[in-house]
Amino acid sequence: MSALAASPVLVPLATAAVTALAARHPRLQAALSGLGGVLLLLCALALVDQAHGAATLATAFGDWAAPFGIEFRIDRTGASLLLISALMGVATLLFLASDADTAPQPPLLLPLVHGLLAGVGGAFATADLFNLYVWFEVMLMGALGLFVLGGRTDQLDAAFKYLVLNLMGTLLLLFAVGMVYAATGHLNYEALAAAAGALPPALGTLLVGALLLAFLVKAGAFPLFAWLPASYHTLPAPVLALFAGLLTKVGVYAVLRTTGDVFADATGPLLREALGWIAAATMLLGVLGAAYHWDMRRILAFHIISQIGYILLAIALGGDAGHAATLFYTLHHIVVKANLFLIAALIWRATGSYDLRRIGGLYEARPALALLFLVPALSLVGIPPLSGFWAKLLVLQEALAQERFAWVAIALAVSVLTLYSMMKIWMQAFWKPHPDAAWRPQPGARVAAAWVVTLALAAITLAIGLNPQALIGFAEAAAQELGGAR
Amino acid sequence: MILWLALTVGVTIAAGTYLALSRDVFRCVIGLSLMGAGVNLALFASGRIGSAQPAVVALGETALGEAANALPQALVLTAIVIGFALLCFALALVLRLVQRAGTDDALALRQAEPHPDDPVKPPVADPRHEPLHPPSAPDALETLR
Repeated sequence: MSALAASPVLVPLATAAVTALAARHPRLQAALSGLGGVLLLLCALALVDQAHGAATLATAFGDWAAPFGIEFRIDRTGASLLLISALMGVATLLFLASDADTAPQPPLLLPLVHGLLAGVGGAFATADLFNLYVWFEVMLMGALGLFVLGGRTDQLDAAFKYLVLNLMGTLLLLFAVGMVYAATGHLNYEALAAAAGALPPALGTLLVGALLLAFLVKAGAFPLFAWLPASYHTLPAPVLALFAGLLTKVGVYAVLRTTGDVFADATGPLLREALGWIAAATMLLGVLGAAYHWDMRRILAFHIISQIGYILLAIALGGDAGHAATLFYTLHHIVVKANLFLIAALIWRATGSYDLRRIGGLYEARPALALLFLVPALSLVGIPPLSGFWAKLLVLQEALAQERFAWVAIALAVSVLTLYSMMKIWMQAFWKPHPDAAWRPQPGARVAAAWVVTLALAAITLAIGLNPQALIGFAEAAAQELGGAR
Repeated sequence: MILWLALTVGVTIAAGTYLALSRDVFRCVIGLSLMGAGVNLALFASGRIGSAQPAVVALGETALGEAANALPQALVLTAIVIGFALLCFALALVLRLVQRAGTDDALALRQAEPHPDDPVKPPVADPRHEPLHPPSAPDALETLR
């Protein structure tokens, strides 16, 4: 048993425990939480190094050998997602140190953030289907705690909607896991992959379909995304960035793991076709929702859904190229999306509103912020040489290679609409004069830490965009490990 | 036996779904917990009723006497604990929500969502439901003029 393989869960859980104990001493708590975040980042770096260089790292708990005990198995896909989620955790913690978001920080905030990271880490690390369900529940509890911490009525309302719709998803997942066990007698990924080929095709389609339905609720895919735009905008900005970056992507990862790896042999063309059309509808409806809204948080929340569509399309295309595109797109998207929400918080700090109709004139007052916003915004649209261009290129190349012209056309049309709604934010918040002519940006905000975070995330976007081959090579190696290795 | 169990699961989940679709938020939570109970029963049945397929077998043996499959029991136990915690949280949340909002009608709970009757499309958020922006320092503005 290797402690490193368990570190994505152990480190955040231990940090959550000690920060909860230090709840009465805010400075000590912040220091401990920062320490835990950095430690998690270092462990994730070691895991990526291990997964990329040497053999896949695995550990079985309680010394029960693999098909019977609960196993953590971290391959390239899992390790890179763990690294990016640890990075998002550190970014959130650093952003909390600035006053770009002025919501009060209750003593339970930091333990809950680390609890959430433990759930995300567990989901990426585990190699056991029931264990995956448990980590989804841990994430759900952490997320609900973060929703209600602020105590505003709209936050309680949002938490209720989030709870009901996500609980439906988890119950469906639990049911599907039970049926998978009943049909195969296994829960371990590797044992399931061996057993999946022997399932009768109809039963296999039914089981994978039930699992996918549950994961698609979690990923926020059409038509199951209602919980996301109904609740996300009530969160405080740094937590919102963490949610936007990570939570739906865990659902996407589970879809990839199911169709691309564990049940690759039981996923027939019917399921792939259905997933592709779900992906197309997700892209289109997400971006239409974004085009309608004027509140920056709502616009960006709908863009999460739209981008999930692209990632799901890459999964539906399948094959090594499709899986590599999925991983590349997911990693790029987490950074860009979280950064956009953090920059929206900086805009709010300067202007006092998230509503584009009430703000303006920021290009004159804060030219650096205007330029900073353009990096993730144009990357989200897919303008070269930013990271989003390569991500979309990989997906569309594979779609063209498989002659899926309808999906390509929808994806390109959605890109144009994405450009429209990103330019809406830019024109309204930065370019047009402020509706109140006497308005001046508010001085005296301590936002240095927030600038460091957003600049660093923008630098990552630029670095991926200018040197995409390193990440593409990694994603291709990761894709060959999925499914093909068995 | 397994048919009766399947029927029970079906009826429980149907009753839970009916309650969860209710507009009364308390009924909705109770319905979800009933659905959870139904799913737990289904999970329990996934190891088959009676003594088949034991999960743990002693060395040199091929079956563990009359024991049933222990693994689904462990799974159900985990799921029950998680479900119970979530039910407690959901009840506390709904209680506080009803107290604050003054209604238990799911259609009237639109604090997080814009109201459909709002003349402005899309509606501007209610300032009570927005984060508090710190008041701008008046002296700085005064000195500028």
